[in-house]
Amino acid sequence: MTQTRNVGAELPSQQFENVVIRFAGDSGDGMQITGSQFTHTAALLGNDLATFPDFPAEIRAPAGTQPGVSGFQVRFSSSDIHTPGDRPDVLVAMNPAALIVNIKDLAPGGIVIVNTGQFAERDVAKAGLKSNPMTDGTLSGYRKIEIDINDRVKRALEGSPLSPKDVQRCKNFYTLGLMYWLYSRPLEPTIAWLKDKFGKKPELADANIKALTAGFNAGDIQELFQARYEVAPCTTMVPGTYRNITGNEAVAIGLVAGAELANLKVFIGSYPITPATSILEQLASYKHYGVVSFQAEDEIAAICSAIGGSYSGYLGVTTTSGPGMALKTEAMGLAVSLELPLVIVDVQRGGPSTGLPTKTEQADLLQAIFGRNSEAPIPVIAASTPSDAFDCAVEACRIAVQYMTPVILLSDGYIANGAEPWRLPDVDKLPRFPAKFTTVAPEGGFLPYARDEKRARPWVKPGTPGLEHRIGGLEKAHLTGHISYDPENHDFMVRMRAAKVAGVRDSIPTPAVVGDKQGDLLVVGWGSTYGSIASAVEIARGKGQRVSRMHLRHVWPLPAGLDEIFASYKAILIPEMNLGQLARVLRSEYQRHEFISYSKVQGLPFKTFELNDKIDAILAR
Amino acid sequence: MAETQALTKKDLKSDQDVRWCPGCGDYSILNSAQGVLAGLGIPRHQMVFVSGIGCSSRFPYYMNTYGMHSIHGRAPAFATGIKLANPELTVWLVTGDGDGLSIGGNHMAHILRRNVDVKILLFNNEIYGLTKGQYSPTSRTGLKTKTSPMGSVDRPFNPVSFALGCGATFVARTIDTHLKHMEATLAAAAAHKGSALVEIYQNCVIFNDGTFDSIADKTLRDDKTIDLEPGKPLVFGKGRDKGLKVEGFDVRMVPAESADVWRADTRSAGPAFVMSQLDSDPTMPRPIGVFRSVAAPIFNEGVQAQVRDAVAKKGAGKLRDLFYTGDMWDVR
Repeated sequence: MTQTRNVGAELPSQQFENVVIRFAGDSGDGMQITGSQFTHTAALLGNDLATFPDFPAEIRAPAGTQPGVSGFQVRFSSSDIHTPGDRPDVLVAMNPAALIVNIKDLAPGGIVIVNTGQFAERDVAKAGLKSNPMTDGTLSGYRKIEIDINDRVKRALEGSPLSPKDVQRCKNFYTLGLMYWLYSRPLEPTIAWLKDKFGKKPELADANIKALTAGFNAGDIQELFQARYEVAPCTTMVPGTYRNITGNEAVAIGLVAGAELANLKVFIGSYPITPATSILEQLASYKHYGVVSFQAEDEIAAICSAIGGSYSGYLGVTTTSGPGMALKTEAMGLAVSLELPLVIVDVQRGGPSTGLPTKTEQADLLQAIFGRNSEAPIPVIAASTPSDAFDCAVEACRIAVQYMTPVILLSDGYIANGAEPWRLPDVDKLPRFPAKFTTVAPEGGFLPYARDEKRARPWVKPGTPGLEHRIGGLEKAHLTGHISYDPENHDFMVRMRAAKVAGVRDSIPTPAVVGDKQGDLLVVGWGSTYGSIASAVEIARGKGQRVSRMHLRHVWPLPAGLDEIFASYKAILIPEMNLGQLARVLRSEYQRHEFISYSKVQGLPFKTFELNDKIDAILAR
Repeated sequence: MAETQALTKKDLKSDQDVRWCPGCGDYSILNSAQGVLAGLGIPRHQMVFVSGIGCSSRFPYYMNTYGMHSIHGRAPAFATGIKLANPELTVWLVTGDGDGLSIGGNHMAHILRRNVDVKILLFNNEIYGLTKGQYSPTSRTGLKTKTSPMGSVDRPFNPVSFALGCGATFVARTIDTHLKHMEATLAAAAAHKGSALVEIYQNCVIFNDGTFDSIADKTLRDDKTIDLEPGKPLVFGKGRDKGLKVEGFDVRMVPAESADVWRADTRSAGPAFVMSQLDSDPTMPRPIGVFRSVAAPIFNEGVQAQVRDAVAKKGAGKLRDLFYTGDMWDVR
């Protein structure tokens, strides 16, 4: 611990079970770094945590304007949590725009820390405001802490070799230091991070460490607060070794792991697209794992190169978001026809078209399941949290390799950028599903479209002597794979491909119901609504409501046993961040049940209270 | 195994009936390619033919090698993936003027500029054949087709100029009816390290019959074409009496004895480019042969070298290290 750790200890210390902080500033203010550093430290202290970064699509919108506001919400807790929280307890606002965009979310009586150095008349005008929110009543009902961070940082870094502009860029670490003081956190992890990050520029490391420490010390010296707070380590977490992970990191790691569990290497062909890009970036850094990464000229070339990689014997992977999925559609159909393994990761974002690139939405379920010409079934699985994205990536690899099929893995912007503790898996306990390459012709001759017990065809790498054959997108004759226009054969092959994908159901479990085996209401979810649903159902059950929940990882084909589960509840609620795409699928698959769709399409996750309000309304019917 | 012996043309014929129209130029290209490939000393299981969509793209089905008939225009992307994942393979790509320059123009540009070690045969018949006769991106302005009943208004692509502009390291042109020349050109492409584009003038007997007759006809060929042979004088004509000279940004006809010696490896692709632009001048011979052939870093080798270097530097990655890294903490 630093020597600053115990200064000011005479202030009373209050224990909290969990706290939600939102850092908000200009896109250039470094709020994402501030938030992720706070998260990092909370993780090391053993808190359970969840984060929600929320930033604009523009890299640097005009400074000080509302569209340029970037936010990072982190919730850290001494108990098990599922969401980054409905309402921040503390809002850090670096300028008027950040304040006005975020203040409406702050919990009543919450703390708002305002950088008054950025609240001159021209700053207020830049934010498009007619009056200064510091004085016009906007902040009534909140605990307002005013600090001129611009000036504080300037003083703290007097004599620094940095230019005045660069000095001001250390503001975020001053802010972070202040929050570390308020929540009784150590500075060491961030100091170590800064030293590592700016290893080649020690003057930058030094300046930021000074700003961080000055912020921390300000808590003692300035009498800004009446108390300090503590959030004890979470004791309900499953024992094990943890690290903090975002959804995109988990997908990248899961794909490398999935390939290795199949005795394969990853070939990733991708094209940068928000919010999926960092998966490609991360896999490009895993070359020592044998990963071949190819940044293609477009989305189409990306998936086509990945199919080529699979044909050559790698595990082909492509990563994208909704607009890229649309472009990859034709090639997905080819992959269905070629019957080669392929993992397509769709990190969903708001649509249609370019839509809301940095905002989350469960936009593409129907596109994933049905969005191809003709009968082109593809298994679809959906990650529910950042750490679940690891397991889902491994599962996608398993299905792709065992069934010789493309598989779509759905994530979304909320999972991709959000972080939570990940309990590190025991390598030896992970499932293995080694790929079986055919290397010699079986008795009776080699048939490229013969099938095994899973209806998967043989995988033959070019370069294998004696098994030369041709594959393509024209309909193939059963067994031989030769071009065939025969009507009966086409009917047979269409049904065969459908049966193969439907057969994936035999390898997946019926999802667990959390709560009672029967009751008044079952809340069914898929994807990133998991946290909100889990929290809401916990609250409902705490109130004595007979509510249970079930989350679908495999959204196509649907697992066995759902019909019986649905029959055990008086009502079924499906909250989705779309206009009811899963509800539509379930209505067509399970026609004897009624499904109540609850939609929100704001580019934001459900708040727990919104779901509880809906649950209350249904139960009151 | 038969692969240890030299291949014959017959070894490379698949068991599938060839289904191009009788008289189609594709037959002679298939035949020449089989001949050239049989002579490369490469076992056929190491060969992969990749194609897109169109008449030409049926080609892989007729080769007794590995093959993939993919989707329209995207063959370069599949070929790139195949070659990156297994650089040992000999990868050939078959495409047409529509597949390679219209719907797939983007991918063609990128495979050429990256210099992926793939040999590309671009069958140019200046028409869409498989969809039954619409103008293509290489159709001449004014061509009347079903979708251009009053004549095409489009200005055509010049495939050689296009490839040179993309930074292609090997660009050549040949003619389907000129068998000897075609085989020599395909052999030169096969020998090139890196991407090689061969434009093949190919006659579509059904929808654009005779479009290349004015230069490709056997009685006219000597006077109407000039073979660009690196290291040889730019001489043409029945009597080998005429020649070409590159002057500044243009080409001039000169007596044979004043002709330039052709170089396909100049620092600038300029000479090859001005040569490719002769197409628009009916008084000049049409250049065929090797426009450009230069050595450059090969994409697939660079990608694989990075993987090797990373393994050498960091050691082959272990799963446990992938998980157990960064800041961790234990919950007991």
